[in-house]
Amino acid sequence: MIPLAWYLIFSAALFCIGLFGALARKNAVAILMGVELMLNAVNVNLIAFWHYYAQMRSTPYVHGLAFTTMVFVVAAAEVAVGLALVISAYRRRQTPVVDELTLLKG
Amino acid sequence: MDFLRDPFGFVIQEYTGWLGGLGLPAGWVDIIAKLTGALVLATGAMLFVVFLIWYERKLIGRIQDRFGPNRVGPWGIFQPVADMLKIFTKEYITPIGADKFAYNLAPILAVAAVLLLWSVLPLSVTVVGTDLNVGLLFLVAVGGLGEMSYILAGWGSNNKYALLGAFRLVAQLISYEVPLVLSALVPVMLAGTLSVNGIVQAQESVWFIVAAPAAALIFFIASIAEIGRSPFDLIEAESELVAGYNIEYSGLKFGMFFVAEFLHAFTVSMIFATVFLGGWQGPGAAEIPVLGFVYLMLKTFVVYFVTILFRGTLPRFRIDQMMNLNWKVLTPLSLALIMAMAIVGGLTRELPVFWQVIAFLLVNLLLLGATDQLMRLSQSRKTKSNLPMQPLRKVLTTSTKHGAGE
Amino acid sequence: MNGLQVVFLLAALVSLFSAAMVVSARRMMHAALWLVLTLMGVAVIFVTLQSSFFAVVQVLVYVGAIAILIIFSVMLTRRVMEDHGDQILPGWRAAGLVAGLLFAIIVGFLALWQGFTTMLVELPADADNLLDLGQALVSPQGYALPFELASVLLVAALIGAITIAVDRKEDQHG
Repeated sequence: MIPLAWYLIFSAALFCIGLFGALARKNAVAILMGVELMLNAVNVNLIAFWHYYAQMRSTPYVHGLAFTTMVFVVAAAEVAVGLALVISAYRRRQTPVVDELTLLKG
Repeated sequence: MDFLRDPFGFVIQEYTGWLGGLGLPAGWVDIIAKLTGALVLATGAMLFVVFLIWYERKLIGRIQDRFGPNRVGPWGIFQPVADMLKIFTKEYITPIGADKFAYNLAPILAVAAVLLLWSVLPLSVTVVGTDLNVGLLFLVAVGGLGEMSYILAGWGSNNKYALLGAFRLVAQLISYEVPLVLSALVPVMLAGTLSVNGIVQAQESVWFIVAAPAAALIFFIASIAEIGRSPFDLIEAESELVAGYNIEYSGLKFGMFFVAEFLHAFTVSMIFATVFLGGWQGPGAAEIPVLGFVYLMLKTFVVYFVTILFRGTLPRFRIDQMMNLNWKVLTPLSLALIMAMAIVGGLTRELPVFWQVIAFLLVNLLLLGATDQLMRLSQSRKTKSNLPMQPLRKVLTTSTKHGAGE
Repeated sequence: MNGLQVVFLLAALVSLFSAAMVVSARRMMHAALWLVLTLMGVAVIFVTLQSSFFAVVQVLVYVGAIAILIIFSVMLTRRVMEDHGDQILPGWRAAGLVAGLLFAIIVGFLALWQGFTTMLVELPADADNLLDLGQALVSPQGYALPFELASVLLVAALIGAITIAVDRKEDQHG
């Protein structure tokens, strides 16, 4: 009832918005938000293709769902570690802005 | 369909039949019927809060050797109505520098998050909003929306104390969600389904509180923490935080937080009754659906009564004690419980239901006893090693660090 | 155009708009709140794909945990109530160009594929994917090993996050 194309275009747009956020934002937390958007776009894609392949064949088909589960796990782990790093960096350097975290530049 | 046996189902059938008779397409009839159902359920639940407030105030009054409200109407039953009228006429005050959107959205979201819970709870055999196949997960997920409303309120108010209160509340809610979800997994394992109605139907022969009392206990404690009732009410500890996240709210907006809190307390009692006390199950409930509704309400009020007893009799936890209880007792216990239940369930798969339940019960009691012994052991070790000055120092350091550095 | 398509379009528009707000809002807190709206929109999209399990998990994991963690760290890492200054790096035009080009490339390549315009029909209701998914995740022929690895990853992330973020006394002195 809904063309597959809509989902793919939607997820591509979401991915590109997230990519822009991850590339262009100053704040480390905002970069993480961009990464989250990209992971969500991937999930939409995975589930859309799961639906596509599930309707193509009659046997149960769960590979797309299993992949999505893994993406959820990875997203949770990534956010936990990433935010811990941001907080730790903030505590030492008093800034969440990635431009000002230039200790290694000397 | 007889009206006396199943008034709700009868009305629903008549209503959908009438809608279909108007000549609307079937899809529209379905949507309109669902919308009306949601509207009626939400309004009914909100009006029900009026009675809940009176019930709770009366009970708390009795516990504290007072009369409670007794001026407006017989036994003071119209007291909440008078309170409501007063709250309606109060002035709305928006603090300077508040984030208007977040500030105004928060109370709406708080009530909406609680009302959403009602959409998957089966009220009787025939009356259930939506029988989602992931209903129990839905109940937990919607709790996340409630947390969002507290954050919005705390942040939008532009007030340090509100923000601190919101911080504390959300830290508490997120922490206690872990044992809540883990202990809710035990009934899911026993019933073999995530659907709430399926869980109720699986309790036809034996309630899950009999098969898994430890899970029920963890679920109950965690859900009391989820609603922020005493002894977990340090989110609104007046002595430390003034009143928590809703300090800057007045009038109807404050009233909505108030309604959300009471309705949430009642709703988690209902969830407990549904998941562990058999929901609408009872003698004759399958044939006469209205009896199921009565049974559910009775069970819910028993659970709600116990939460009020807790509120009326227990002192407030300190924040490090609260976090310790969660991370050092409830979470490991629920993890151990899941493993033990899975192993015992696998071993006793061939046995009749009676012996299976006995085995589950024994495992639960064993784990509860072991936890009790371990807690006693660590308590006695702590008191032995502590010097007289240490408790004070400990309070000073841990209370600022949310119990992380012990 | 039927009801499901309207729902999809609404959810997609809301998600994309709020995603754009996530990457462009000046105040970090607003960006985090827009992120919540985006995630809810994506959850609705999952529902239109007949994957209500993942819609609920999306709300549970993303809105209930990840978004709240992000909001927490926004609150913990700002110096004053108001965020000050520009939140965008000077080279944002290049980033926008890269993102736009990537979008054009993806959609262009997808348009060449003949399955692009397939209509997704409703799956038969008796296909209980949830049960199959659960069995696939723990069966050795299915995804038992990745599942275990994911669990190990989660534990490692848990311990790592605590180790990194814990506030040690000696760090403050040195």
